[in-house]
Amino acid sequence: MLNISGIVNGVVLDHIQAGKSMQIYKYLGLDKLDCQIAIIKNVRSDKMGKKDIIKIECGIDTLNLDVLGYLDHNITINIISDGKVCDKIPLTLPKKITNVIRCKNPRCITSVEPHLPHIFHLTDPETELYRCAYCEEKYR
Amino acid sequence: MKHLLNPLDFTVEETNRLLDLASDIEKHPDRYAHLCDGKKIATLFYEPSTRTRLSFEAAMMNLGGKALGFSDAANSSASKGETVEDTIRVVSCYADICAMRHPKEGAPYVASLFSRIPIINAGDGGHQHPTQTLADLLTIRSLQGRLDNFTIGFCGDLKFGRTVHSLINALTRYSNIKFILISPPELKVPDYVRDDVLQGFEYEEVTSLEEAMPKLDVLYMTRVQRERFFNEEEYIRMKDSYILDAEKMALAKDNTLVLHPLPRVNEIAPEVDNDPRASYFKQVQYAVYVRMALILTLLDLAPELN
Repeated sequence: MLNISGIVNGVVLDHIQAGKSMQIYKYLGLDKLDCQIAIIKNVRSDKMGKKDIIKIECGIDTLNLDVLGYLDHNITINIISDGKVCDKIPLTLPKKITNVIRCKNPRCITSVEPHLPHIFHLTDPETELYRCAYCEEKYR
Repeated sequence: MKHLLNPLDFTVEETNRLLDLASDIEKHPDRYAHLCDGKKIATLFYEPSTRTRLSFEAAMMNLGGKALGFSDAANSSASKGETVEDTIRVVSCYADICAMRHPKEGAPYVASLFSRIPIINAGDGGHQHPTQTLADLLTIRSLQGRLDNFTIGFCGDLKFGRTVHSLINALTRYSNIKFILISPPELKVPDYVRDDVLQGFEYEEVTSLEEAMPKLDVLYMTRVQRERFFNEEEYIRMKDSYILDAEKMALAKDNTLVLHPLPRVNEIAPEVDNDPRASYFKQVQYAVYVRMALILTLLDLAPELN
């Protein structure tokens, strides 16, 4: 088994769907951080069979939890302090997400005014449906 | 500050109050003739719509105010690449209220985020056209005396017609309304209207206008556009069955209201115009009253009604 040392202070994103860690790396903007980051793919898991884990040596405030909640609210967030898990943060579907997904409706005002932020609202939590704040088009 | 972007932005109570005000304006236009003295409406029309623009300008002038604006994006700074955000910031310095028509969906919403004056959505692409819906509600209520307990038929292009979707949505807030949706199979209402809006309400989808006619208290006609059809033969086969003429009117009740958002092309034969049940030109007049009521309401100038 591959051995990766634990982090002393930072955040561990656990129970990421296997293969999704690079997507999360991109959406969270982790490439812009200067700290140590470990991406571990296809870790054996009793619960999931296989899973991905990301370890990040940074404060929780650095991460946009709304993005994470939108991408996969089953991810576990462990806050690590002095080498120990000191807190777990539950994720929920965010009510509003900004600049994570883009409206694909060619008739939407965002298609001609590129400076506008792409904002989506959660309109049906049951079906996890998001609609564009401007044109109300569904995001699929 | 309040804007009107969606037909459902107003609660039922607010909508009813607005319709009451519009009815009072109809009865006593002279009492309202100077309430907007010194006020200006900016009509920012990024795509041409003569009727709607004139209706807003007439509404403001009837209240004693003035109107300024443009009727085509080519005549505005949008042609130089100015954003909606900048345009409305500038226009906020010129006028007291703004009516905006824009080909892109959500443009009036963007304006409302940066505006210092109330914004009225005067139509944004295929998205919303709330003042048309308010005008339809006022017409039905004024000519029929109520907004509940009736059967309304929508006929023609129910797939792409946003006025139809908005009006159905608005009417589901009143009680005991039955919907009959009359269209060719290709032009039935979109799934979301059936699943999200009409769910739990009494409605039927039919293809024959003749069969539906005797049941209707209100008939809302729309245009069946040639370009919506998959092929020409289909269009020719279908189009006549959705043309309202004297023969079909003979099947209707004595007091059925015939409405149409206009412009009509050939879906209502001119012979129907003289039928007392034809109410589509009255609808145009009611649209002016409802826009007057809306301007007063958004400018906080509406008087208390007894």
